[in-house]
Amino acid sequence: MSEKSERPENSERSERSEKDGKAERTGKSGMAEQQARLAVFKTYKLYVGGKFPRSESGRVYEVTDSKSGQWLANAPLASRKDARDAVVAARKAVAGWSGATAYNRGQVLYRVAEMLEGRREQFVREVAEAEGLSKARAAAAVDAAVDRWVWYAGWTDKIAQVVGGANPVAGPFFNLSTPEPTGVVAVLAPQESSLLGLVSVLAPVIATGNTAVVVASQRAPLPALSFGEVLASSDVPSGVVNVLSGRTAELAAPLAAHGDVNALDLAGADADLAVELEAAAADTLKRVRRPAAEDWAAEPGTSRLTAWLETKTVWHPIGV
Amino acid sequence: MANNLFPYAPAPESRAIVDLAPSYGLFIDGEFADAADGTVFKTVSPATEEVLAEVARAGEADVDRAVRAARRAFPGWAALPGAERGKYLFRIARILQERARELAVLETLDNGKPIRETRDVDLPLVAAHFFYYAGWADKLGYAGFGPAPRPLGVAGQVIPWNFPLLMLAWKIAPALATGNTVVLKPAETTPLSALFFADVCRQAGLPRGVVNILPGYGDAGAALVAHEGVDKVAFTGSTEVGRAIARSVAGTGKKVTLELGGKAANIVFDDAPIDQAVEGIVNGIFFNQGHVCCAGSRLLVQESVQDELLESLKRRMGQLRVGDPLDKNTDIGAINSAEQLARITALAEAGEAEGARRWSPACELPSAGYWFAPTLFTGVTQAHRVAREEIFGPVLSVLTFRTPAEAVEKANNTPYGLSAGIWTEKGSRILSMANKLRAGVVWANTFNKFDPTSPFGGYKESGYGREGGRHGLEAYLDV
Amino acid sequence: MSSSVPAYGPDAPGRLAALADVTASDAALRRFLHGLPGVDAVGLEARAAGLGTRSIKTTAKAYAIDLAISMIDLTTLEGADTFGKVRALCAKGLRPDPTDPGTPHVAAICVYPDMVATAREALGEGSGINVASVATAFPAGRTALPVKLADTADAVAAGADEIDMVIDRGAFLSGRYMEVFEEIRAVKQACVRADGTVAHLKVIFENGELATYDNIRRCSWLAMLAGADFIKTSTGKVAVNATPPNTLLMLEAVRDFRDAVGVQVGVKPAGGIRTSKDAIKYLVMVNETLGDDWLSPEWFRFGASSLLNDLLMQRQKLSTGRYSGPDYVTVD
Repeated sequence: MSEKSERPENSERSERSEKDGKAERTGKSGMAEQQARLAVFKTYKLYVGGKFPRSESGRVYEVTDSKSGQWLANAPLASRKDARDAVVAARKAVAGWSGATAYNRGQVLYRVAEMLEGRREQFVREVAEAEGLSKARAAAAVDAAVDRWVWYAGWTDKIAQVVGGANPVAGPFFNLSTPEPTGVVAVLAPQESSLLGLVSVLAPVIATGNTAVVVASQRAPLPALSFGEVLASSDVPSGVVNVLSGRTAELAAPLAAHGDVNALDLAGADADLAVELEAAAADTLKRVRRPAAEDWAAEPGTSRLTAWLETKTVWHPIGV
Repeated sequence: MANNLFPYAPAPESRAIVDLAPSYGLFIDGEFADAADGTVFKTVSPATEEVLAEVARAGEADVDRAVRAARRAFPGWAALPGAERGKYLFRIARILQERARELAVLETLDNGKPIRETRDVDLPLVAAHFFYYAGWADKLGYAGFGPAPRPLGVAGQVIPWNFPLLMLAWKIAPALATGNTVVLKPAETTPLSALFFADVCRQAGLPRGVVNILPGYGDAGAALVAHEGVDKVAFTGSTEVGRAIARSVAGTGKKVTLELGGKAANIVFDDAPIDQAVEGIVNGIFFNQGHVCCAGSRLLVQESVQDELLESLKRRMGQLRVGDPLDKNTDIGAINSAEQLARITALAEAGEAEGARRWSPACELPSAGYWFAPTLFTGVTQAHRVAREEIFGPVLSVLTFRTPAEAVEKANNTPYGLSAGIWTEKGSRILSMANKLRAGVVWANTFNKFDPTSPFGGYKESGYGREGGRHGLEAYLDV
Repeated sequence: MSSSVPAYGPDAPGRLAALADVTASDAALRRFLHGLPGVDAVGLEARAAGLGTRSIKTTAKAYAIDLAISMIDLTTLEGADTFGKVRALCAKGLRPDPTDPGTPHVAAICVYPDMVATAREALGEGSGINVASVATAFPAGRTALPVKLADTADAVAAGADEIDMVIDRGAFLSGRYMEVFEEIRAVKQACVRADGTVAHLKVIFENGELATYDNIRRCSWLAMLAGADFIKTSTGKVAVNATPPNTLLMLEAVRDFRDAVGVQVGVKPAGGIRTSKDAIKYLVMVNETLGDDWLSPEWFRFGASSLLNDLLMQRQKLSTGRYSGPDYVTVD
């Protein structure tokens, strides 16, 4: 898919990182170039099962700056097989993650927020490039993403108290309803909001004890791929979150039909694709959340938590 | 059972990790200060009677100053978005985790409880409590108290000496999460961890006046409770003082929660998992030297299993290691104060005088400090003082029963109603017993378990209001 | 009970006979085993974890390390075992640390039946080290009883001092307790030598396959009623082997059995105990559950192989003050 097989030596990207790093350096003339340090590029990779593989297909696609159209990086163009591998990794992680205490999950999620905050500058740059935002607006989006993550970290040990409870059945029975995670959730991340949108759909999935296979924004996948690095350097167990980049439609189809995926978040699907995927998901009666117009900056409420929860009700007789 | 071959060498935790200053002030409006009248008191290590530090003793004028500081801080703190308040609490939780070892050693020094408990129980629960309530700060609208519940204002909080830092956490974390500001008085025998907590607040960058700490005696507590600038009173301690507080706030608009004494029944049926029941009984009464309001101080054992159970219990008690609280292998530390030791001693003597049979395992007690051997009274009836009065020490009274109904009757036959324990492998009996027991916390096949998500508090004269969990928010909200 | 007798002693059968009614029928045995007090898993695990926090330092640690070494059944149970491998293991067991003759020797060398003669020869007379042999179609135990008995008799004839048999977990799990009981009795009979002396019998449960703590407690009583001299957690060949809670439960069982029947039985955790720290945790459990009476190789063993070198490195650390490394202990 990549037409430019070689990176231009004096690309916009290298200058940009220089500017961010060391302020004033115009860097257009050959003379100045000689003195400027050449930046080291990052190879963006998938995040699957706690590892950073390239796509098994060996394919990449070009990611460009949303305003200037400048080339930013090559992202992995993940395949159906990558999606399959991601589901295997996510399923393997279900027992441990759903079995962890809610307190432990809260601690782990909070750690993610700490790590994200620590890489704030990197994400501000990536989000600005991805979404064509000013630095200030990108910074606001990153800050909101950190706070959103903290918000969900706090929900892990509270959602059961809000949506579960004792049921006063008419008989000598103890009767208690508690929420339980549904299992593996495939998430199509929002296409426009590359980080805040991603965080807003991903955090509730794992806060509730599910594991996730996330398809990053097709056009702006870099913040999501970098976010995989944040997860890897937090205490999130391998496989709990798996991040794929590539063509949303190509990856979503096998996920929607997959027999070992329990639920599907269509946030990043366009209207036609969403209908197609919802129909495909019907074969295995997946829980499906349809796409809707969302204000990612607003307080999210609990609907994205409850979407991925089953309610289990336990009866037990009472008597000496 | 003989234990001579494998004696454990001393394994003392280093106290060097705690940097103790010779004197400490009151913490008011973000600053440490002397008491207005310059009064100080000494806090000692109950294990050695060594003076640890001199501490400013708050009086009425200091209470007034602290309440005013909290009042000034209240509007700004309450107006912060919940997420921002929450982030302060998350910071506090993390700093507490980072400084856990230091605070555990400090708590052991000042309180006398074993390092094993401060390290493995108190400090992890303290941090978890802040972590839990941090998460509520921006979710109050989901807690079931209306869409936008409001804080009350200034909370005056008085806490006991048995779990100094944990009781502080139970009081301060929900108060701050809901947007209140706080004036807290720690107990006079254990002021140090609260003062170190003041430093944690400073490290966390908490705005001035949001948390104020006033070490002092009962007079300071009374002045705090009575202060007209206080909107909410939270007290943990004796039922006697609880009554006085309830009288003092009568006719005011103050909201009150009281967590008072207890005389819990720990009920063992003949189909109980015996080895685990023995552990639960031991943990129920000897945890924290029995200085636990919800301690399982009355063992109610079914007559058919009495002999077997008591034999196992005595054998297990023989393994309890009493001594230096800083030794990592110590199970039972020092009694917190000479006064408390005198009270335990007097009640134990009354038990003997009233005809109950007293037993303790052979154990050598240190010569300095305040100590009381783990003690068992058998042949106790509901008429004995050791079965009625809260001893608040390592003394277990054993009573028997024949039927579940008799167990319920005896268990409920007390003015207290804080906690109870049930031991049986039969699930339906657990639930039936739990329904009939008049107690705020019922443990089944376990005992003395605490969690920030789980509400705690008593029926009857054990107080009112709940701390912990979603329910714990209500005490600090205008609902 | 006035005083207890060892399970391998001449008085034990008489004591066990007093409980003959319990083992009179399948139904009686089932009623008895299912009448034992239940085990609460959370409480058991909490107690084991609590004992695991004991801090064993300096003199106590030195005592524990030497005691642990002396309790090891140094084991090789591989398809690839050779006479050479077994001889090397015996040499290691005799002189665990060639640089320090004060190091205690291990309790036994544990091998497959066809290696017993080699081990016997390599250890020589009067070494003080026993030869233990697994038998009864170890580790699965899936063969006919006559084969199991022949396997046992073969090992005993070759000079085994101790037999580590596996129970029929299938029979146990399907509730055929009497069958398991009779099989242990039969193997015990096969441990009798021509001269009337007996090899000691260790009965392996494979706790990982019994799956529940209630099963482990029942199996402990069943094996002890059938005449086990030792009860042993596991073969070391499955995913879950000895754990602190399942061993603690067996310690409680031998304690209760001695109180009730007057017969003392030993305990051997095996598999998964690799570090000194682990071994010391087990000794703390023995100390605080059973006390002095079980704190010797006669009554408590570790089934292990790599544990020995870790104990030796810790032992060197205690005497030199420096951390040792794998180059300073011998490979088997």
